[in-house]
Amino acid sequence: MRTTLYDKLWHSHIVEQQSDGTCLIYIDRHIIHEVTSPQAFEGLRLAGRALAHAGSMLAVPDHNVPTGADRATAVNAADSQLQLDTLAENCQAFGVDYIPMLDPRQGIVHIVGPEQGFTLPGMTIVCGDSHTSTHGAFGALAFGIGTSEVEHVMATRTLVLKRQKNMRIEVSGALGAGVTAKDIALAVIGKIGTAGGSGHVIEFTGSAVRALTMEGRMTLCNMSIEAGARSGLIAPDQVTFDYVMGRPQSPKGAAFEQAVAYWKTLISDEGAHYDKEIFLKAEDIIPQVTWGTSPEHVLPITGVVPAADGDARIARALDYIGLTPGTKLQDIAIDRVFIGSCTNGRIEDIRAAVAVVRGRKVNKNVVAWVVPGSGLVKLQAEEEGLDQILIRAGFDWREPGCSMCLAMNADKLEPGERCAATSNRNFEGRQGKGGRTHLMSPAMAAAAAITGHITDVREL
Amino acid sequence: MDKFTCLRAIAAPLPMNNIDTDMIIPQHHLTTIKRTGLGIHAFSSIRYHDDGTEREDFVLNKPACRSAEILITGANFGCGSSREHAPWALKDFGIKCIIAPSFADIFYGNCFKNAILPIILPQKTIDLLLDDADSGANAIITVDLEQQQITGPDGGVVSFEVDPYRRHCLLNGLDDIDLTLEKQDIIRDYEAARRLTQPWLFKD
Ligand code: SF4
Repeated sequence: MRTTLYDKLWHSHIVEQQSDGTCLIYIDRHIIHEVTSPQAFEGLRLAGRALAHAGSMLAVPDHNVPTGADRATAVNAADSQLQLDTLAENCQAFGVDYIPMLDPRQGIVHIVGPEQGFTLPGMTIVCGDSHTSTHGAFGALAFGIGTSEVEHVMATRTLVLKRQKNMRIEVSGALGAGVTAKDIALAVIGKIGTAGGSGHVIEFTGSAVRALTMEGRMTLCNMSIEAGARSGLIAPDQVTFDYVMGRPQSPKGAAFEQAVAYWKTLISDEGAHYDKEIFLKAEDIIPQVTWGTSPEHVLPITGVVPAADGDARIARALDYIGLTPGTKLQDIAIDRVFIGSCTNGRIEDIRAAVAVVRGRKVNKNVVAWVVPGSGLVKLQAEEEGLDQILIRAGFDWREPGCSMCLAMNADKLEPGERCAATSNRNFEGRQGKGGRTHLMSPAMAAAAAITGHITDVREL
Repeated sequence: MDKFTCLRAIAAPLPMNNIDTDMIIPQHHLTTIKRTGLGIHAFSSIRYHDDGTEREDFVLNKPACRSAEILITGANFGCGSSREHAPWALKDFGIKCIIAPSFADIFYGNCFKNAILPIILPQKTIDLLLDDADSGANAIITVDLEQQQITGPDGGVVSFEVDPYRRHCLLNGLDDIDLTLEKQDIIRDYEAARRLTQPWLFKD
């Protein structure tokens, strides 16, 4: 039978199949962070259960960590600090590999996993975080789980799951200048909506996807969840193998060759069946910006804010975001810029921002931040001198973490503040109560920082 | 785990699509290491004014719905973050059943782990239930998981589908970790085979 990449990953991980199709699925890798793991560890303790396999786990704090230069001594909110301490204690008690906040490898879980070679093709990877879909860029079946499932994986190294349907999104052709993986992701969500991929695993195919770097592929798979799909997938190829080679935890020497030989089989067969197929042309995609409070409230940069036309949800979004229908997206003034997150906090994203910023200054009305996705991204950027260009332009260059992507710590918007953000969610209150978020690519966010309003980076 | 067999309770109408988990429980309430105590923060951004007083227009603040245990709501409920704090908050508030045209996948699974029954029904049926919930001061409906049937306040009956394994766990209050641990031997066998075919996956 001709099977898809997802089918292959699924079948190779079935421990047991029940008559109703429910499967016990083996989990190769489990990443944890401070917010969604404490209750799972507590559950293990209360039930007197052991951790099945500490060696398949990696822990790193990211959601709560302070990102100011004084992070070592910064006073955290007591409850945030308790979560950070609890993660450290649990990892020590159960023998889980733990990267502490002040370690140069610390960063956002979905950036650290690939960087460390913890993420490899062909695996099942889970984390108590919906953006685990990011790791699908390596041809791994990766998805977010709730805390009860975190506990289930800890205790059994498996999950009880139902097979998802197959969806393919093909993006053919070549992206124009100033158009990025983020714009593909937003254009896809604009086309299929935030529930469009629900119940499906999305495989991204086509020449425009093949041409993306690993960083771009991670951006694309990262936002599969915003299209309703728990997992995104891209078949591994030479770009993948080159990225994986030589990482601290990736296989070495003969083991690497053996692995690559297997990884090369991880492709969908010609003519394999997909339950849903969507086709986009890269040439049709221009920079995308959200105007509302859902990632599907997205338009090309040349667009105008739509009217509600009796749709209560859109009326509510317009009211929250404080925009009048008919306003050109390019006329929207902004107060803040946030470049970072697991969507766009990698080295390539910072390079893209710097390419726009070089020789220019941040607009006087804007407070602009760059928050590297990990300590290693930060070091790399500093080696390339990118931090200095950003700082000279007026950006705040910060320590790694989730930061203003979800505003769990001190990093947040004030009510009414408007932000050009490279993160993934523009929900009400996501970046702080009353804060207003416009999602876009790093290059577009950098352009907005310079001009003080949403700007078509292609014209800057 | 708590059992879910048959529930007779007030149903509150919340006819909004795409209610996300940030809305069910905002991120600044996630800094807890417990599963309980979140009910007071459920829906806080639409439930309270900035000064912390209740908004009269929010359905769960209305006298008729304060003790609702069933929510009737819009499509794609629970989208966004995987945080199980969302069902924990709803459960802590007292919600035991959510009826919607569709749910986000992760949230849907999380409900079952917390003895909350999520029911998917066609929009047309939801509209009727919403009408019932809106009109009656106390729209009491009965959700029978055994029979897989909902009985409305006027006696009308609607059937619903639910995955047999999950139904079994809910009806019997089974913890699926215990069920899986009974299969430790086959998990070990699988793992041993995997160590041979893909040795690079194992660090120890
Ligand atoms: S950067 Fe944002 S989306 Fe990514 S893991 Fe952190 S909080 Fe979640």
